[in-house]
Amino acid sequence: MAPMIDIEDLHVTFSNGGRSVHAVQGVSFSVEEGESFGIVGESGSGKSTVLKAVSGLIPSESRSLTVNGRPAAERRSKADRRLMQFVFQDPYASLHPRQTVDEALREPLSIHGLDRKDERIEQALAEVGLLPEHRFRYPHQLSGGQRQRVAIARALILRPPVLLLDEPTSALDVSVQAEILNLISRLRQANKLTIILVSHDLGVVAHLCNRIAIMQFGKIVEVVNTADLSAGRVTQDYTRRLIEASRGFVREPS
Amino acid sequence: MSDKLLTVENLNVTYPGRAGVTHALKNASFELGRERLGIVGESGSGKSTMGRAILGLIPKPGIVTADRLDFSGKSLLTNTDRDWQKLRGRRISMIMQDPKYSLNPVRKIGDQIAETCRLHLGSTRKDAEQRSLAMLEAVQIRNPDAVYNQYPHQLSGGMGQRVMIAMMLVAEPDLLIADEPTSALDVTVQNEVLRILDRLVADRGMGLIFISHNLTVVSSFCDRVLIMYGGRILEQCAAKDLGEARHPYTQALIAATPSLDHPKAELATMVRDPAWLL
Ligand SMILES: Nc1ncnc2c1ncn2[C@@H]1O[C@H](COP(=O)(O)OP(=O)(O)OP(=O)(O)O)[C@@H](O)[C@H]1O
Ligand SMILES: Nc1ncnc2c1ncn2[C@@H]1O[C@H](COP(=O)(O)OP(=O)(O)OP(=O)(O)O)[C@@H](O)[C@H]1O
Ligand SMILES: [Mg+2]
Ligand SMILES: [Mg+2]
Repeated sequence: MAPMIDIEDLHVTFSNGGRSVHAVQGVSFSVEEGESFGIVGESGSGKSTVLKAVSGLIPSESRSLTVNGRPAAERRSKADRRLMQFVFQDPYASLHPRQTVDEALREPLSIHGLDRKDERIEQALAEVGLLPEHRFRYPHQLSGGQRQRVAIARALILRPPVLLLDEPTSALDVSVQAEILNLISRLRQANKLTIILVSHDLGVVAHLCNRIAIMQFGKIVEVVNTADLSAGRVTQDYTRRLIEASRGFVREPS
Repeated sequence: MSDKLLTVENLNVTYPGRAGVTHALKNASFELGRERLGIVGESGSGKSTMGRAILGLIPKPGIVTADRLDFSGKSLLTNTDRDWQKLRGRRISMIMQDPKYSLNPVRKIGDQIAETCRLHLGSTRKDAEQRSLAMLEAVQIRNPDAVYNQYPHQLSGGMGQRVMIAMMLVAEPDLLIADEPTSALDVTVQNEVLRILDRLVADRGMGLIFISHNLTVVSSFCDRVLIMYGGRILEQCAAKDLGEARHPYTQALIAATPSLDHPKAELATMVRDPAWLL
């Protein structure tokens, strides 16, 4: 069977002013249906850019870039859009400041003509641990983590088969994070959800993903399975430094 | 001069709203010296509210009251707008939780940092530019010259966060409130940024309030920790003893942390006890 997501030799170049930034330089990987694929790596290494290219949000070049067998850039129909949802790194990017939580969750339901809207909204809020009192607030009246949970609820409310998650829990405390990771794991098992997860937290990636790509300077430097990452069976120096640094801060002797 | 930078006694913040009053901060009391004080606690527990209240930035219709809120021996409660202008961004700075939201989207990064220098340090144009570039370099931005001329939307999440840190540090504040300053950074860069903050505390005697969800970072980096829940400070402890914290809430936070070394099929979740709020 063909993989759910297939990427071969992906390149993305941004131009700003006179300079051009070659943000993604020949990235290839594929994700099977029902698999969770993790991406970790250096800040600015192109992780978010890869996700945006997969979702067709930005132009890219590649030998192949398909989701469910169809080219990513051409997924324009309503059904195509429902296939995949994106939780952005910056919750402000996905929440409109003048839209209440209720409106933000209702919008996708209306676009895709789903019934029982109130019931679905209530359920979506409960799933991410938000209370009825949050439903009619505006984004600025919520804490950072509450806003991020609205963005997650909005992505999950359509029950998409493919989820792209960019730092979905980095604004959340560990107790809410645990609930959301458990929720995503449950949905994944029940619905054969396919996931790409970008996170700086190796514990989070290891918890949710089977395979993990490590990125640096626009390239994947290695792909390891989770057990190997935990055991430190890695080949790249940068990966070793990541594992080391994730164990905490070490004060230099003064 | 005493070593107490900040004294907070019975600080309260309430937001009246349609569905009743939100008591975002309840009788919070603590002191801060020239040290690294961590604040942990679940989402909505009042951590950012605490930072904003100290800076006089609680938005209307929010209400702030306190028995005492002293910075360097002087009360902040009676501050006029002019007093705040002299303090904010200069002697007390806050790195906000949403970096891109706090940056002006239509101004170049470098101009925004340089303006802070000119405003608070009275630097000349040239000096401001040099300081800004040096600060970008200090927070491990790879191409400071290029980033200087970019706009916020052209930066990755972690770059935006480091730009915010650079902007808050150029003015060399006495008290820095850092709200999730490293959550968008990869762990190697995170440790470099922590090292910068660490030096400012050790060498310059800055006081640091470090708000974070990352218990591993807080316990290895901070001196002391406040644990918050429902707008209250539930307990305080030495950061290195966080692993042996007594309160069941703190223990539950630790148990909910996913670990690379000890993977679990299902993460422990929190069972909240109403008695914690009594
Ligand atoms: N719209 C844009 N215009 C110009 N350059 C951009 C744009 N978006 C991203 N870049 C650049 O592309 C590179 C990769 O950015 P990207 O956001 O993919 O990094 P990332 O790996 O997600 O980093 P982080 O962990 O910090 O979020 C960076 O150098 C960034 O400055
Ligand atoms: N402008 C506002 N109006 C009404 N309620 C507010 C407002 N700002 C914050 N709150 C509420 O105050 C409480 C504390 O919010 P705060 O932002 O301090 O939480 P936090 O501990 O920083 O959480 P997080 O970890 O999610 O950032 C939350 O319940 C939040 O919904
Ligand atoms: Mg990113
Ligand atoms: Mg906050």
